[in-house]
Amino acid sequence: MPALKDEMLPIRADSDIVLVRQAARSWSIDAGFSLVEQTKMVTAASELARNTLVYGGGGTVRLEALEENGRRGLRLTFEDRGPGIPDLELALRDGFSTGTGLGLGLSGSRRLVNEFSIESQRGEGTRVVIARWR
Amino acid sequence: MEGTKIPEVIERHQTALLDDWMKQQLAASTLRSDLLPSAELREQSREFLELLRQASRQAGSTDVAAPAWQPLRDMLTRVSRSRGEQGFSPSETATFVFSFKQPLFSRLAEAYGGDAKGLAWDTWLATAILDQLGLFTTEVHQKAREAVIMRQQQEMLELSTPVVKVWDGVLALPLIGTLDSARTQVVMESLLQRIVETGAEVAIIDITGVATVDTLVAQHLIKTITAARLMGADCIVSGIRPQIAATIVHLGVDLTGVVTKASLADALTHALQRVGVSVNGRPARA
Ligand SMILES: Nc1ncnc2c1ncn2[C@@H]1O[C@H](COP(=O)(O)OP(=O)(O)O)[C@@H](O)[C@H]1O
Ligand SMILES: [Mg+2]
Repeated sequence: MPALKDEMLPIRADSDIVLVRQAARSWSIDAGFSLVEQTKMVTAASELARNTLVYGGGGTVRLEALEENGRRGLRLTFEDRGPGIPDLELALRDGFSTGTGLGLGLSGSRRLVNEFSIESQRGEGTRVVIARWR
Repeated sequence: MEGTKIPEVIERHQTALLDDWMKQQLAASTLRSDLLPSAELREQSREFLELLRQASRQAGSTDVAAPAWQPLRDMLTRVSRSRGEQGFSPSETATFVFSFKQPLFSRLAEAYGGDAKGLAWDTWLATAILDQLGLFTTEVHQKAREAVIMRQQQEMLELSTPVVKVWDGVLALPLIGTLDSARTQVVMESLLQRIVETGAEVAIIDITGVATVDTLVAQHLIKTITAARLMGADCIVSGIRPQIAATIVHLGVDLTGVVTKASLADALTHALQRVGVSVNGRPARA
């Protein structure tokens, strides 16, 4: 299904995370999301953007405005060429962190969206795709 | 760049071109002799011309982002920065580059004589190059200004102590805006510092103005509350809006053990009671 609109943003610094949140907010509003839906999408974007920066060593996010059977949605694809995640099941467990975080970024953002998929190759990088529908 | 006479025209007429260009710049209504002495303007123009000559001889294309244009871009970066500091507007700086078109076009026309096609081609190339270079100076201007704004924000961040003492023993910290990690850190540390200084018993952290509470912000909050408790102060978090509450729950962040109040007013009532002030009615909402 082709996207109505798409855009790619870099994630290289802390300040880029702020920009990703702002973009996720305005695209959520454009998709007609309620305040709760916007907040969930923005928060998930914030988590994944920070992982991309902190663990992936930086990367990109692609925003896509979607429409399917009259329903509008928003898809975000986070990509990096970092070290990858050796054990996805473990990484998705509540409270698991190899850093100093709460370990709720991946598992939590999965609960905040309708669609969540993650692919990771050791030494090649990580790609996380999330989507929310109205 | 194939089939161009630009480098050789500049080479052959370098001094004359500089004179023509200077005459034009000095006569223009946009001249800012108040900001830039003409000797300095002449030196900048001379250097631009020399670097343009070198670049156009070496460059494979009109793409000024290519390495052959690096020395010229560096020179324009310097000029744009210093002009920005001197008070030139971005368009005044870009005009410096654009104003070279006319003298160059005249010399090109002379060189091509009756060859209309050759002249058209080279005019197009020269336009492409000078337009990009002019826009480049505007970008440098903008970046310099952004850097200044960033620095000022950083300074304000360090200067501002957002912690307010609302009563003996009661501190309040209104958090506003984007809580990126640097800012959160600074603000939370200043709260702990003030708790030590004032010996406060209760601290209210109001997050009404915070748009997003992700796990990092939550973690900062939890750490601050724990540290405050070790120093003998209890924290109350107020202003958790419904959409934020729903999101925190889905994230799985555990806020049990954290005292929360819907509004700052409720938190104040609670805090004042804690320190033994009798509260008549509820404080007016702001
Ligand atoms: N893009 C990524 N590249 C490599 N490792 C990652 C990436 N994203 C997450 N991880 C790994 O998954 C773990 C869990 O991530 P997360 O749930 O966001 O928790 P936290 O960020 O608090 O550590 C991280 O500690 C890290 O080891
Ligand atoms: Mg994380």
